[in-house]
Amino acid sequence: MSSETQQILTTDGIPLEVSLKKVERRNKLKAFLLVAPLLLFLLIVYISPIVGMLFNSVDDRMVTNALPKTFKAMEDWDGKELPSEKVFEAFYFDFQKLIEEEREGKLSTQLNYTKNGFKSIIKKLRRKSKSFEEGNYKEQIMAVHERWGDVEYWRAIQRRAPAYSYSKYLKGVDMYQNEDGKIVQVEEDRRIYKKLWVRTLKIAFYVTLFCFLMAYPIAHLLATLPMKYSNLLMICVLLPFWTSLLVRTASWMILLQQQGVVNDFLVWIGLVADDKRLVMMYNETGTYIAMTQILLPFMVLPLYSVMKTISPSLVRAGKSLGGTPFITFWKVYFPLTIPGIGAGSLLVFILAIGYYITPELVGGASGTLISNQIAYHMKYTLDWSFASAMGLMLLVGVLAVYWVYNKLVGIDNIKLG
Amino acid sequence: MALPKYTEPHYRVWHYFYLFICGCVFFFLIAPLFVIFPLSFNAEEFLVITDGMKRLDPDAFSLRWYKDMVYGTKNPWGLAAKNSFFIAIFATIGAVILGTVAALGLSSRYMPYKGIIMATLISPMIVPLIISGVAIFFFMAKAGLAATHTGIVLAHIILGTPFVVITVTATLSGFDHSVTRAAASLGSNPVNTFMKITLPLILPGVISGALFAFVTSFDEVVIVLFLAGLDNTTIPIQMWTGLREQLSPTILSVATCLILLSTLVLIAAELLRRRSERIRGINR
Repeated sequence: MSSETQQILTTDGIPLEVSLKKVERRNKLKAFLLVAPLLLFLLIVYISPIVGMLFNSVDDRMVTNALPKTFKAMEDWDGKELPSEKVFEAFYFDFQKLIEEEREGKLSTQLNYTKNGFKSIIKKLRRKSKSFEEGNYKEQIMAVHERWGDVEYWRAIQRRAPAYSYSKYLKGVDMYQNEDGKIVQVEEDRRIYKKLWVRTLKIAFYVTLFCFLMAYPIAHLLATLPMKYSNLLMICVLLPFWTSLLVRTASWMILLQQQGVVNDFLVWIGLVADDKRLVMMYNETGTYIAMTQILLPFMVLPLYSVMKTISPSLVRAGKSLGGTPFITFWKVYFPLTIPGIGAGSLLVFILAIGYYITPELVGGASGTLISNQIAYHMKYTLDWSFASAMGLMLLVGVLAVYWVYNKLVGIDNIKLG
Repeated sequence: MALPKYTEPHYRVWHYFYLFICGCVFFFLIAPLFVIFPLSFNAEEFLVITDGMKRLDPDAFSLRWYKDMVYGTKNPWGLAAKNSFFIAIFATIGAVILGTVAALGLSSRYMPYKGIIMATLISPMIVPLIISGVAIFFFMAKAGLAATHTGIVLAHIILGTPFVVITVTATLSGFDHSVTRAAASLGSNPVNTFMKITLPLILPGVISGALFAFVTSFDEVVIVLFLAGLDNTTIPIQMWTGLREQLSPTILSVATCLILLSTLVLIAAELLRRRSERIRGINR
């Protein structure tokens, strides 16, 4: 704008440009205010607790707060030989306070995570410490059990001094920090979590693959049949989709059990001997079969909605140019369905990787996934920080796939029903 | 799908093989649901198809498990059904209000940071339920809402909103905004315009989102497992306990009722979809 006179003014005398910007700002604000209630609600009740899990997973203040004097006295201990009387004395007074507050049980559980063998010697110390005399606590404590005179155990206590630790994440991939502070793998026979991660990925991958192989032909059929037939067949896809997950799992439990319908049928047609009925439940097979059927609609629907848009004249054109049906399919039709394949596969994979209910009910010991382990630690061992750490590791994986999904498919393109 | 007369024999064989495969997949999808019906009318206590049932002997069938479901002593299904409907209805109302309003904002072309906000709003659908369950449990325990209906309703609102947002934004994508401008030019205020013009037009999307939210809440078990006390037990929780401990035929009676319910929901959703397409002028 070179001068005032060239500016276009509104009737109120404000430059048009300014006025338009103001209106646009107001519109932006209006749109945002409409979204704000839901966004705020989700931030408070949902997103912030998930971020809070991050805090939970590294929070190790329980031990830190239980033994404040001990850790203070340990500050100038080099960790090579047994700590001095000062540390023992501090530990004794911390311990007495814990007994008063009945918190020594929690401490022993926590210390046992760091090093096996703490549980029994803490119990013993609790019993004996009632009759301790004043002074010379080092000898009195060491007399309770020989392990109290083992420097390894004191080092184990010292390792729990920091208020925050990433040890739960290490545990989640079968690693730990050893006495020298190095990160190493746990012994071969105790590596369980790595196997579980691999199994979760494997099952999610194969379930996605099976879903794809089964969904492709029926989606194609649904998309090419005349409306009145395809609507009827669509019910076969939509009815399971709308039916309760537990109902569908229950029906698989009836079908797959050893006295179940599938085994009965196999025995009846003579494929399987009556005394050698197949074990299809409470193992990996059960998880595969049930999860594939349950997630199949999530593959069929995106594939169908993409195939529906492919004009049949394209295939006819391919054929008229001399392509055999197979070549036309492979060179013309299949490439056009790739967006649908991507959308369906990513959706099924995301859902499969975090599956909990079905594996828990039909999976037995060999068919459970990482989610089941998280639930187990939430409910039974009550190691909530470990459950949080595992949950976040799973979440990072899922969000990575979600990000890819968003880039390739776009979330606004999710189709329902 | 009739084949033209000139089709070569091996393609003909291939075509029938393809139809056979499709038939198998459809069977795999739908048949497991139907195994529940006969077994729920079983006169025996076992979950197998008895010889009497195979012979269609009337004595092999009975309604005893349905009677047990309704009148059984110590039966938890009455309370569970009441809780399930209560929670699902309030969760649906909450999700529909929050979700519809948010979808209106998201569909505006002035909406800033549309991508990231949409991704956030949809995330409860994507994040594994077990993680949502753990996080929501921590929150509700801190807020003193664990083992209350309020806590479960709030949790289910979270899970339901993505569906409402998706279905309503989809309906709004074909929405002709000149009708709201016309209403405004005729002197209508925004609230009135919404109630009289916008809402009736997007209603099919809103209702189908509501159906999704309702079914999600009604069927949800993972989060309720973390949050529920004895008073908050729901139908899925009772089924879950039953399936884990002992598979009784009563569960199958409940399952049959649930399948009938989902059939109703399916019919409603299908009618809505057609109506919505008609309103938006999509003719196929």
